[in-house]
Amino acid sequence: MELFRIKKDIPFMSYGRLTTSISLITFVLAVFFLLHRGLNYGVDFTGGTVMEVHYPAAANIEQIRQVMDGVGLKDVTVQNFGSSQDVLIRLPVKKELSIAQLSEKISTALKGADAGAEVRRVESVGSQVGEELYENGALALLLVCAGIMGYLALRFEWRFAVAAIIANMHDVIIILGFFAFFQWEFNLTVLAAILAVLGYSVNESVVVFDRVRENFKKMRKASAVQVIDNAITRTMSRTIITHLMTQTMVCSMLFFGGETLHNFSLALTIGILFGIYSSVLVACPIAMWLGVNRANLIGDTEKKPKEDEAAIAP
Amino acid sequence: MNRYPIWKFVLIGTVIIIGLLYTIPNFFGESPAVQISPAKTSLKLDESLLEKVESTLKLANIPFDGLFMDASGVKVRFATTDTQLLAKDKLVANLGKDYTVALNLVPQTPGWLQSIGAKPMYLGLDLRGGVHFLLQVDMKAALDKAAESTVGDFRMSLRKEKINYYGIERQGQVVVVKFESEAEATRARNLLAKDFSDLTYKISGSDKDISLTASMSVMAQKRIQEFALKQNLQTLHNRINELGVAEPIVQQQGLDRIVVQLPGVQDTAKAKEILGRTATLEIRMVDEEKSDMATLQKAQNGQVPFGDELFSDREGRPVLVKKSVVLTGDRITDAGPGVNGQNGASVVNVTLDGRGAGIFKNVTRENVGKRMAILLIEKGSTEVITAPVINEEIGGGRVQISGMANAQEATDISLLLRAGALAAPMEIIEERTVGPSMGEENIKRGVHSTLWGFAAIAVMMMVYYLVFGGVSVMALGVNLLLLVAILSMLQATLTLPGLAAIALALGMAIDANVLINERIREELRNGNTPQASIHAGYDRAFDTILDSNVTTLIAGLALFMFGTGPIKGFAVVHVLGIMTSMFSAVLVSRALVNLLYGYRRKIEKLQIG
Repeated sequence: MELFRIKKDIPFMSYGRLTTSISLITFVLAVFFLLHRGLNYGVDFTGGTVMEVHYPAAANIEQIRQVMDGVGLKDVTVQNFGSSQDVLIRLPVKKELSIAQLSEKISTALKGADAGAEVRRVESVGSQVGEELYENGALALLLVCAGIMGYLALRFEWRFAVAAIIANMHDVIIILGFFAFFQWEFNLTVLAAILAVLGYSVNESVVVFDRVRENFKKMRKASAVQVIDNAITRTMSRTIITHLMTQTMVCSMLFFGGETLHNFSLALTIGILFGIYSSVLVACPIAMWLGVNRANLIGDTEKKPKEDEAAIAP
Repeated sequence: MNRYPIWKFVLIGTVIIIGLLYTIPNFFGESPAVQISPAKTSLKLDESLLEKVESTLKLANIPFDGLFMDASGVKVRFATTDTQLLAKDKLVANLGKDYTVALNLVPQTPGWLQSIGAKPMYLGLDLRGGVHFLLQVDMKAALDKAAESTVGDFRMSLRKEKINYYGIERQGQVVVVKFESEAEATRARNLLAKDFSDLTYKISGSDKDISLTASMSVMAQKRIQEFALKQNLQTLHNRINELGVAEPIVQQQGLDRIVVQLPGVQDTAKAKEILGRTATLEIRMVDEEKSDMATLQKAQNGQVPFGDELFSDREGRPVLVKKSVVLTGDRITDAGPGVNGQNGASVVNVTLDGRGAGIFKNVTRENVGKRMAILLIEKGSTEVITAPVINEEIGGGRVQISGMANAQEATDISLLLRAGALAAPMEIIEERTVGPSMGEENIKRGVHSTLWGFAAIAVMMMVYYLVFGGVSVMALGVNLLLLVAILSMLQATLTLPGLAAIALALGMAIDANVLINERIREELRNGNTPQASIHAGYDRAFDTILDSNVTTLIAGLALFMFGTGPIKGFAVVHVLGIMTSMFSAVLVSRALVNLLYGYRRKIEKLQIG
């Protein structure tokens, strides 16, 4: 079976303006939602307590709220998740109560109200830990960007490095935009997913850039635009098949992974979908505009006279 | 051109066999067990304990499947959890307080696999259930305490040398001494600088208001903090031993934090109570006038003389101790085992701070020939650790406690003296509890995600690339095998995000094979022969695979460096997965293709779809 047998190169670069404007619009929207709504940070970052309670029969949310009020805990959110028997209780950091006391207080209160209540998971994070995780997360993101840029600059050329990073950072912002728009919880595992996807979609750019470099060597008479168009068309089959495979795995996690992996796989899904788009249709036009050509990619050492024949990209 | 030298096949075969060996233990499951370990350092882990456990179980007629000893203690395997619980109760009753008896799960790995070190993967708390605490040590309090004791030390030294001062106080972590003349202040500085060399001194002020400020050097602060952390770790270790947890983890994290992980513990309230408990040490005088047999007998029957309290020592003998406290454990700055220079007996060397030394000197001078009791108060119960006779006046704050049975006991007691109490207060700043049913469910979720995802990818690959798809799937299978084997070998903690990373690693690793297969197709399309196409396909794809893996690796390493908890677990597996995928996607799949096609003289068509 072969799904992508494309005879002629698709002129992707001539759509450059269109694709980058689409990107720009989504990017601006993402930034708007990030600023306007902000991220719904999980307890990992904000500090606070999350408890997962399982009931033998359908849980009475109203009664749980009353129990919480009864022990004097305000700002408590109680909601069902997964099934009607599972309840998620969320509390912000309480100044007057230590972490240790808080979870004890709640579980005794819940068991007092309904002996069948089973506390299956407690996550309590102090505010100072949250701040640190936040800082470390930002640092990790920076380090990944710097590392990838450095490697690409070394292996290819700075123009490619810049193009790839712009394309992929824009993915990151878009994922964050989605999380802000839908107010999905942003926790540590989501951060891990974002960083993993960052490394992964840079792959995409690398594969195309590799082909661009190879084409510059092989297609001596072609213009930069033709070279890039050819590179994208030739790698398209691989791009789609690979992402289909990875997405299959991610879907499997989305279906079977349960609550903990749900947002993780959501972040991956958005990352993969936008990754295909941006690493090809955003990174390449940017690289082109930055002036990628045969000379700066293969080096001036190769047969000087031939260089004049090469059409330099606009 | 598509043939591998024999050694490459041998290498790949060996790696796969080793992978298989180390993966197998994961399929044997675990059986309920009871783990017995000595609660005191003075008790040794040896054959006699093994025999004791065996005879206890035989006597009670409790059937067991296996009995063995390893570094952490004696472990007994049972067929069911019922017998396990029964055995635990019996063992607790029989062995007493000296041993920790904990419920545990022991892998059912066959002996020959265990002998080559093959173990199942080490599951994190979110997969096996348990409690995780992150404790913050209050370092400011530790430094304040150190400065407070410096105040006492200064007072002693200055008084001894008869230097006049009119005020001494602690301001934050700085000690300020007030003098009326500059000459006195200088004299004091010279003296103190000699005795307490790790402090920095400064004289300021004028006229009749001269102050000498002493502040701790950075080095000294660091030392105090390290000491406080070490002592807190030790104390926590000792306390957790009492909890009866099979494989507790008590670890330093960063400069001022301690991680405590208690697998399988459900009673978080009790765990918290024990972690937060403060044990105190007291030194009091034995009431020698009333220590005759008759009075002791009466006291044991409830008629304790006025002003006294009755306790028993470690051998269970009753001791009447005066109610007034001579010294508390706060005054002990250090304790360590040692040997008496004259008779070679084991002793414990205790160092007291300045104020403690002064009190101790006075008390010993006035009570030569009498006994002094050292009490450990914990959980409301008090035990006399030792009650040595005072031979002479003891000054200088260095106290030698004799009467130790052996070096082990000396170590044990110095440990108790040091680790009885916390050096600095601690606060729980993170708590994560996962119930056992949740743990099992998490394993199921992770495994199902991986297997179903793998199956779907396998089908799609084989439909799309036919034989080459099959080769890719086999390579992916080897990747999974090696990843599990390496995780089992390293005994790295596997968490739910780690399981997700396994799934994701497979989903990403297939990229290399897709790249190769697409390349081969392209070469065929360009009119190359099948053999040349295979060769060129693998050759050209390699650079790309390398580049893309390096970028993924960079992301993985950054995650590992900055990640904590769940992220770290994810990062470890992610990075390892990238490494194994390089091996399996390139070497293994090539070997398979070479085996299939490399030795044929003529190939009509490649089955690549």
